[in-house]
Amino acid sequence: MRPAFSVIFLTTLIGVGQGLFLALFTAQSYALFDLLPKQDDLNFYAHGSALALLFLCGGLVASFFHLGRPERAWRSATQWRTSWLSREVIVLPAFMGTVFLYGLAHLLDWKPVLATLPGGIAIDATVVLGGLGTLLAFALYLSTGMIYACLRFLREWHTPLTVINYVLLGGASGFTLAAGFAALAAPDLARFFAGWALIILLVGLVSRVASLLRNRRLKPKSTLQSAIGIKHPRIVQTTQGFMGGSFNTREFFHGRSRGLLRSIKWLFLAGVFVLPALLLTAGLSGAAGFLAAAFVVQYLGLIAERWFFFAEASHPQNLYYQSVA
Amino acid sequence: MTAAPVEEIKKTTCYMCACRCGIRVHLRDGEVRYIDGNPDHPLNKGVICAKGSSGIMKQYSPARLTKPLRRKAGAERGAGEFEAISWEEAFSLLSERLGKIRSTDPKKFALFTGRDQMQALTGLFARQFGTPNYAAHGGFCSVNMAAGMIYTIGGSFWEFGGPDLDRAKLFVMIGTAEDHHSNPLKIALSKFKRDGGRFISINPVRTGYSAIADEWVPIRPGTDGALMLAFIHEIIAKGLYDRDFLVRYSNAGQLVNVDEASDEFGMFLRTEVPEEEACYDPQDKLWWDRNSNRPVITHTAGADPFLRGEFKMKDGTSVKPAFQLLQERVKDYTPEWAAGITGIPAETIRRIAYEMGVTARDQKIELPIAWTDSWGVEHDTVTGNPVAFHAMRGLAAHSNGFQTIRALAILMSLLGTIDRPGGFRHKAPFPRPIPPCARTPNDPRAVQPNRPLDGMALGWPADPDDLFVDAEGKPVRLDKAFSWEYPLSVHGLMHNAITNAWRGDPYKIDTLMIFMANMAWNSTMNAVEVRKMLNDKEEDGSYKIPFIVVADAFQSETTAFADLVLPDTTYLERHDVMSMLDRPISEFDGPVDSVRVPVLPPTGECKPFQEVLIELGSRLKLPAFVTKDGARKYRDYPDFIVNYETEPGSGIGFLAGWRGKGGEKFMRGEPNPNQWEMYAKNDCVYHHELPRSYQYMRNWNQGYLEWSQRNRITRYAEPILIHIYSEVLQKFRAAAQGKGLTRKPPEHLRKRIETWFDPLPFFADTLEGEATDKHKYPLAAITQRPMAMYHSWDSQNAWLRQIHAHNVLYVNTQTARVAGIADNDWIWVESQWGKVRCMAKHSEAVEPGTVWTWNAIGKAAGAWGLTPDANESQQGFLLNHLISEELPGGAGRVSNSDPITGQAAWYDVRVRIYKAADGEPEQTSPQFATLKPYPGQVERKSVWNFFAGANKK
Amino acid sequence: MTQLALVIDLNVCVGCQACVTNCKEWNTSGDAGPMVDQNPYGKDPTGTFFNRVQTFEVGEFPNTETVHFPKSCLHCEDPPCVPVCPTGASYKRKEDGIVLVDYDKCIGCKYCSWACPYGVREFDETQKVMKKCTLCVDRIYDPKMTAEERRPACVRACPTSARLFGDIHDPESEVSHAIREAGGYQLMPEWGTSPANHYLPRRKTKLRIREDELERADNPLKIDGQLPKPGMAEPSLDDVTSW
Repeated sequence: MRPAFSVIFLTTLIGVGQGLFLALFTAQSYALFDLLPKQDDLNFYAHGSALALLFLCGGLVASFFHLGRPERAWRSATQWRTSWLSREVIVLPAFMGTVFLYGLAHLLDWKPVLATLPGGIAIDATVVLGGLGTLLAFALYLSTGMIYACLRFLREWHTPLTVINYVLLGGASGFTLAAGFAALAAPDLARFFAGWALIILLVGLVSRVASLLRNRRLKPKSTLQSAIGIKHPRIVQTTQGFMGGSFNTREFFHGRSRGLLRSIKWLFLAGVFVLPALLLTAGLSGAAGFLAAAFVVQYLGLIAERWFFFAEASHPQNLYYQSVA
Repeated sequence: MTAAPVEEIKKTTCYMCACRCGIRVHLRDGEVRYIDGNPDHPLNKGVICAKGSSGIMKQYSPARLTKPLRRKAGAERGAGEFEAISWEEAFSLLSERLGKIRSTDPKKFALFTGRDQMQALTGLFARQFGTPNYAAHGGFCSVNMAAGMIYTIGGSFWEFGGPDLDRAKLFVMIGTAEDHHSNPLKIALSKFKRDGGRFISINPVRTGYSAIADEWVPIRPGTDGALMLAFIHEIIAKGLYDRDFLVRYSNAGQLVNVDEASDEFGMFLRTEVPEEEACYDPQDKLWWDRNSNRPVITHTAGADPFLRGEFKMKDGTSVKPAFQLLQERVKDYTPEWAAGITGIPAETIRRIAYEMGVTARDQKIELPIAWTDSWGVEHDTVTGNPVAFHAMRGLAAHSNGFQTIRALAILMSLLGTIDRPGGFRHKAPFPRPIPPCARTPNDPRAVQPNRPLDGMALGWPADPDDLFVDAEGKPVRLDKAFSWEYPLSVHGLMHNAITNAWRGDPYKIDTLMIFMANMAWNSTMNAVEVRKMLNDKEEDGSYKIPFIVVADAFQSETTAFADLVLPDTTYLERHDVMSMLDRPISEFDGPVDSVRVPVLPPTGECKPFQEVLIELGSRLKLPAFVTKDGARKYRDYPDFIVNYETEPGSGIGFLAGWRGKGGEKFMRGEPNPNQWEMYAKNDCVYHHELPRSYQYMRNWNQGYLEWSQRNRITRYAEPILIHIYSEVLQKFRAAAQGKGLTRKPPEHLRKRIETWFDPLPFFADTLEGEATDKHKYPLAAITQRPMAMYHSWDSQNAWLRQIHAHNVLYVNTQTARVAGIADNDWIWVESQWGKVRCMAKHSEAVEPGTVWTWNAIGKAAGAWGLTPDANESQQGFLLNHLISEELPGGAGRVSNSDPITGQAAWYDVRVRIYKAADGEPEQTSPQFATLKPYPGQVERKSVWNFFAGANKK
Repeated sequence: MTQLALVIDLNVCVGCQACVTNCKEWNTSGDAGPMVDQNPYGKDPTGTFFNRVQTFEVGEFPNTETVHFPKSCLHCEDPPCVPVCPTGASYKRKEDGIVLVDYDKCIGCKYCSWACPYGVREFDETQKVMKKCTLCVDRIYDPKMTAEERRPACVRACPTSARLFGDIHDPESEVSHAIREAGGYQLMPEWGTSPANHYLPRRKTKLRIREDELERADNPLKIDGQLPKPGMAEPSLDDVTSW
């Protein structure tokens, strides 16, 4: 597939936003059980939510660049029964709204207690919003991941690992950002987030490498033989029906060399996992510089990862367009 | 709210290629919305091809010329720098210049036309002007096919006949790529295959029609003659020929004088009946009767000739039946012999010969159609031997092509398939006598100032006295057609016109007018040098070819070399006739002619070339175009078509349908003022279906021949016997041997005539093959035409050029690997005449000793309305640069053509290929200076959302 | 339930591209139009076409088959492009099974094209919506047209009638007969998309000549092999030998 930067930015940016929100609410949940110190509503939760929203909005804006007819984008919410894309379109604003309310509740200190857990733990509105947000964040990861994972012809994508990777890589980047953010806004949490970021990152590494290994072993299900229905070991296409290219030769192939693909792979493995892991470790002390660097490096790594994610996927339609197969 | 668009449908005839299908043009608010096939048209029955479906993009192409243009003062020819002028200026300039030529030496005006479909009019204009220098594209197209077959069976493939695939069981297609015929052949092939017919394709390349063949037989280019002769060898050796057919309908049993000492050596023996001077084959030859064991006049009732043996006439003359001579000729042409030449295994050759012979013999068709033959014998049925053939330029475009095609026609005749169900069928006006009656003058005095040419510019020589040469045997025509160099060049040699005019051999001319032929590009051999010739000057600074006029609808490479460019219309903007006087669209079942009517007004100042000729003819006061007192006779072209008669009161005109005052007559009749309307009302086509008893065996069908004579299609109603043995050729050979009373060839051409004018087919390597070191140039290079392109016409077509934006050289994978050439590598292709850089593509569908490419996709930068960086000029290329229009030989140079017919030997060229060096530009070579758009061309769009009628919204 | 489809006979397709340009010609000024052409006169011209004819070489010289392969939307019975569409622009008609795009609803996200394994959808680069073969839905029900005309443009144009059109759910239709009798097959059956369009394979007609059929009793060589008898008056050994 041809990596589309609008989609690369969409998925990576909202992944960060989702992860950051999850980190914020994780901290709140811990704090609820007194496992972590309580944080300042404004400085931490409200600003944190705003930061998450910033990334989510960035993703949303990027998504519009993917559309030929953005003015009709509203229509894309109608097919939620069948289309994961439609579901994403519904869940994303719902999630953004929830994050907004979550942040707003913290900002306004609007915390009516809605229930009390045994042990006297008060469930206030922010907790309910946070819980809802968490559900939506995961729903959004699921939707985004399933947009790709549900395409059975794109076998590199058609695996639960796709969804898992979206969750883990988004989560890792969000927690890394949270660590950096905390270093400024809530220094006593930086270490906590950095630790979780490292853990998610390591699990993510396992899962991402697993998908790489899986994809390397994939045997194409369709062949030129099944594509045109002729059984012969030697079939060569001599014409595609046009010579100046078409949508089919532009959309479904990265147009780069295998060497570049390989380089990008190592680049993202280093950028998403190795370097951020080192920087996060270094940042466990709470040094904001390392943590910020960890996020920046990881985000750039994620762009490479997402680029590779698209480029690696080999579309069976290319069998009909051997100039790009 | 916008008003509902105005939709209308107009019927006319397509002209996106030479096929001439009936079309319906759907207009919306005056713009072309859709063009589909006319379901009621006999030729295409509603179907249409890729080109026809893209007519819209031709109509609105930015390559269109819309104003008369004059080369800017001081600008070089070829630079394409023009200023727009008015038609009045153009006409007065032309009529003044041409008037001077006509009043001094009319042959200094040469008119050569391309695939124009109006040769009857262009030919008439030239003849009326008085110049012998007229020809259309036939000489560099497929004249060998026409001549080889017409001189053998009195008809030919394509317009004039074809395979009857409705009833054939075995179809053998040789040297035909993707067209000729186009839609009718596609329709027929599909039906044939679905009916279970077996289809064998013999071709160096497997594309197009060959793709769906049941068997592909790859053959080396230029060796088809060897294959045909080996087939004949096997058919005779196994007794698989149709003896009854040969005896009755060919000259196989006729006795030939084999007494070498005799002045009549090689001629048929004749009875004492004095020969009438006429263009038919008199029935005065002899058989040696098996029953009475003595010579009798052919077709004597009760007689049955020996086909074999040698006999002595009373006077001691040794004679042999023609068939005996054929058998002796092919004795050594065994499949094993042919295998070494053609690259086809001997067992394959043998098997296919048997398939032909056994199918023809064992799957006979008997149609219950009673008919009477020329000797008065009544037959209850028409018999068919269902083996059909089709062949085209692959056989024709070789210097040995005429004899190859003679061999093919003889093979078809041996199998008994001529004008019979399931075999070859004629289309009116054929069959015609062998050769047909039209003759050129045979004397230079036929060209006189202010007088029409005394004879046709093109004709059918029957013996050396028919040649158009002077007392010393030198050619009268600029292209040397009908001279001893190319005696049977029945379509002329357009491919040598420019070179000859440039060199002044045989003489210099003043004005060269070219219509619709891309003679500075894909329609010429040796394009690089020919372009220089067009621009070459004498020492005094004047051009060697003083004045060049080009009429074309598009900004072709050739228009750039013109001093005067006349903008033609498209086919949707004019009247046209597909005339019985030219190349009509007849069907097997009877004559068909058709017309074009304008469905749109002309664009800009475009004027149909027909109107230009009528106007010029009137201004020059050519007799056919003016009344006795010199007044203009015809208002315009439609008026001319309705009212012109070949001779005053002849009742024969351009159109055969709806003649007579009320349109009640056919073929002959007074002019009908409403003829155009009647055509327009009837799908633009007139189809005269013959009675079934006239539809077969027409060479010898008394009813048909008399019908044809009555309708003045043919002058005589004599039977047209197949020329297994060609006495016509023998007459030329005899002249070369110093025998007979006819004119004799000049010394330096005697050997050539003696060799090539063999009355029986033989195989020899091509002229270029003989003049080439085949170790150095091991590969044959040929071109084919893709189905979605016609000549150079369609690179300006936004849709068609997306399918063929550039061409590559297809090389057999093994051949390429041996040469170290990878798929898509840039390579050099080099012949002894030139070299071209292009891209190579591996292919398994090409014979290993052959490389090939699509013809005429390559363009000069900036031509045809394309941007200078368009694929056509940067990656596309012409093979023409590798082909010379002349070869060393004779007394200096001869045309690179068949020595019999002057057919351009495009496919004889030999090449070698090698990888382009690292660092060479990835661009084809040679490149030429970029053409700029001319005044009057519309701006080309960079994005086009074509929607008919949108402009009116 | 009706399922309209094309059945494409590779046995007779000569690759002439008539269906390609006739489709373009009909549709660019029809309901699906205009269909853009970019760089129509420049480098690398490209445009929207609903139908393409490709060429494949099968096998090695000299046993090479050249296969012309027309390809357009296959109107799958279970079209993977439809459920993924977020706006419902991509849909399959219940009444005749045609898969269509509602150009007014399409947001141009191209997701449907990703979900099609056959590469038959083409994004219109100027109108920014996805386009594809409509089986000429603006022809086949047009009451102003004759029955002959109420067929897809490609089908009518095809000079070898390699394109059959009809209802593959009607077992008596021409297309169903063709599929059954000529071995009609679907492309990429492994995906279970159940394409409605089918392809008919190449079929070969062979002629077998048995050795004893080559010569027949009426072989003309029996006549032509006979050379003329010598004249009665010519001398012979008979006349001069006494014992």
